[in-house]
Amino acid sequence: MLKDITLGQYFPGNSVVHRLDPRTKLLMVVAYIAALFLAKWFVSYAVMLAVLAACVSISRVPPKSLVRGLKPVLFIIAFTAVLNLFYTPGREIWRWWIFKITWEGMETAFFMMLRITMLIMGTFLLTYTTSPIRLTDGLESLLGPLKKVHVPVHELSMMMSIALRFIPTLIEETDKIMSAQKARGADFETGNLLQRAKAMIPLLVPLFISAFRRADELAVAMECRCYHGGEGRTKLHPLRYQRRDYVTLLLGAAVLGTVIALRNFGL
Amino acid sequence: MEPIIRVENLVHTYGEGTPFCRSAVDGISLDIYPGEFLGVIGHTGSGKSTLIQHLNGLLKPTAGRVLFHGKDIWEDTKKIREVRFRVGLVFQYPEYQLFEETVRKDISFGPKNMGLSEEEIARRVERAAAFAGLAPELLDQSPFELSGGQKRRVAIAGVIAMEPEVLVLDEPSAGLDPAGRDGLLANIRDYHRATGSTVVLVSHSMDEIAENVDRIAVLSDAGVVMSGTPQEVFSRSEELEAVGLTVPQVTKVAMELRRRGVMVDAAVYTVSDLYHALTALGKGGAGC
Ligand SMILES: Nc1ncnc2c1ncn2[C@@H]1O[C@H](COP(=O)(O)OP(=O)(O)O)[C@@H](O)[C@H]1O
Ligand SMILES: [Mg+2]
Repeated sequence: MLKDITLGQYFPGNSVVHRLDPRTKLLMVVAYIAALFLAKWFVSYAVMLAVLAACVSISRVPPKSLVRGLKPVLFIIAFTAVLNLFYTPGREIWRWWIFKITWEGMETAFFMMLRITMLIMGTFLLTYTTSPIRLTDGLESLLGPLKKVHVPVHELSMMMSIALRFIPTLIEETDKIMSAQKARGADFETGNLLQRAKAMIPLLVPLFISAFRRADELAVAMECRCYHGGEGRTKLHPLRYQRRDYVTLLLGAAVLGTVIALRNFGL
Repeated sequence: MEPIIRVENLVHTYGEGTPFCRSAVDGISLDIYPGEFLGVIGHTGSGKSTLIQHLNGLLKPTAGRVLFHGKDIWEDTKKIREVRFRVGLVFQYPEYQLFEETVRKDISFGPKNMGLSEEEIARRVERAAAFAGLAPELLDQSPFELSGGQKRRVAIAGVIAMEPEVLVLDEPSAGLDPAGRDGLLANIRDYHRATGSTVVLVSHSMDEIAENVDRIAVLSDAGVVMSGTPQEVFSRSEELEAVGLTVPQVTKVAMELRRRGVMVDAAVYTVSDLYHALTALGKGGAGC
C-alpha cells in the first residue's frame, strides 16, 4: 500500500535526461503540460506520446515504475473519464434511463484519460530523474526574480527540499511503526470507517512524536552550522546551462510550436 | 524433537522491480525447538531483522516457507493475526511504538487485541511488567515521561503480555548503557527460565549471546553460515572472523593467556567459565 507512493522518489542514473539542468527540465515540463492542454486531436496526441516515449527511453527509467506511479490516481482518471463519457452532449449511440453515451463523449473521455495519464507520467519522469536537491535548486533559480517583490523564494525552496527529503523517511517510519503495532495484533485493514479511524491512533501518535523530534533535531543541526536563510549564501554546485540544455530547450520549443500549428489545423 | 518453527529455503527480496532490489535473505533454512534459547548473530545488514519478521508473518516470503507447529503460516491468511499473538516479536528500538496515555494501557494493547477479558488483561499486564523489570508504580505514569531504558522495557512488556509461545527480540540491548543492558538481559533470562517458552535473541554482541543462549545461528550475507552450541561456534574463531564477527572478549583473554604461557582452557566463553578455568588452574598448582 505505502509502496505505491512513489511521488518525489528519485531513481539515480546517468542518462542525458538525468544530467540536464533542472531548470531546463522544469521548463520542459511546463511546456509539455501546456502542449498537452493545447493538443486537439489524435495527431497532436500521437506527437506528444512519441515525445514522452523518447524521453522515457533516453532516461532508461523502467516504464514499469512509471506505470506503477499511476496506481494512486487511477480512481481520479476513471472518474473523469466516466463523467466525460456520460455528460458530453452530441450524437447519441446508446441510452438507458437517464444515461446516454455520445460519440463526442467517447472521444472526450478518451482524450481526457490520455491527457491525465501523460501529464502524470511526464511529471513523474521529472521527479524520477532529478534529485530533490537539484529540483529545488532549479525552482529557486527560476523563481529568483520574485525575490524583488519580497516573495521568500529561498525559504520556500528550503522548506520544499526538506519536505521532499523527508517523504521517504516518513514512509519508512510509518512502515516500521505499522509493523510493530501489527506484531501486537493491530488490525489496519478490516472494520468499518470508525473502527479504522480508531485503529490509526497507535500509528499516528508515534509518527507525530517522531516527526516533531526529527524536526527539532534538524533545526538544531542547522543552527549549529550557522544557517541563517538565503542572504549571501552561495552554492557548492552553481547551476550552469550546457549545450545539451540549449538543444533541449530548442527541441521543446519546436514541439510546442508543432502542437500549436496542428491545433490551428484542427488536428 | 519437532521444531516449533521451521524455516525452509526462505528468500526475501525488498523492492522487486526497482533499481534498488536485492535479496536480504537468500535461501535460509533454520529450525527452532520448543523451550530453547536461540541466539541469532550476524553483522549489520546480514539479514537478521528481515529473517525474524518472517517468523510471525509480518513479511511474506518471496520464496520458501515458514512453518509454525508444522503448518505453513501463510496457508490461511486470515489466521496470520493469531500467529502474531503466538510468536511475539519485539522490534529493534521498540520504544518508538509507544502511544498510550499510561504504561498500563500501552502494555494492554496486545492482550486487548486478542479479545481477552478485563481481569485477564489486568493479570497479564502485572505479570508482564514484573518480567520486564518495571516497578508497579510506573504502570500509571505516561510512557513518554520514562527514561529510554524504561521505555524499552514497557515495549517488551507489551509483547510479553500476549504470553506468546515464542518470544523474538531484535537487538533488545542496542543503545543501552552496560548496566541497563545486563539488567535487561537478566530479565529476559529469568523470563525464559520461569515460563519455559522459546526465546530467540538477535544480537551482534558475542558476549551477550555467549552469556545467554543454548544454541547459535550465525548469519552472514543473507545466509546461515554456521549453527550449533556456543562451544561449537566459538571454537571456529577463524571462520567467524572471516564473516566479520569475532569470539567473546573473555575467549580472547583466554587465548592471549595461553599465548603467554598460562595454560588455561581455551574453551571459555563467559566470565564465569574463565573464573572456573583460572581457579582450576590455581588448584593444579601450575599458575603464574
Ligand atoms: N524495508 C527495507 N527496504 C529495502 N531494503 C531493506 C529494508 N530493510 C532492510 N533492507 C536491506 O536488507 C538488508 C538486510 O537488512 P536487515 O535485515 O535489517 O539486517 P540486520 O538486521 O542484520 O542489520 C540490508 O542490506 C538492508 O539495507
Ligand atoms: Mg537489524
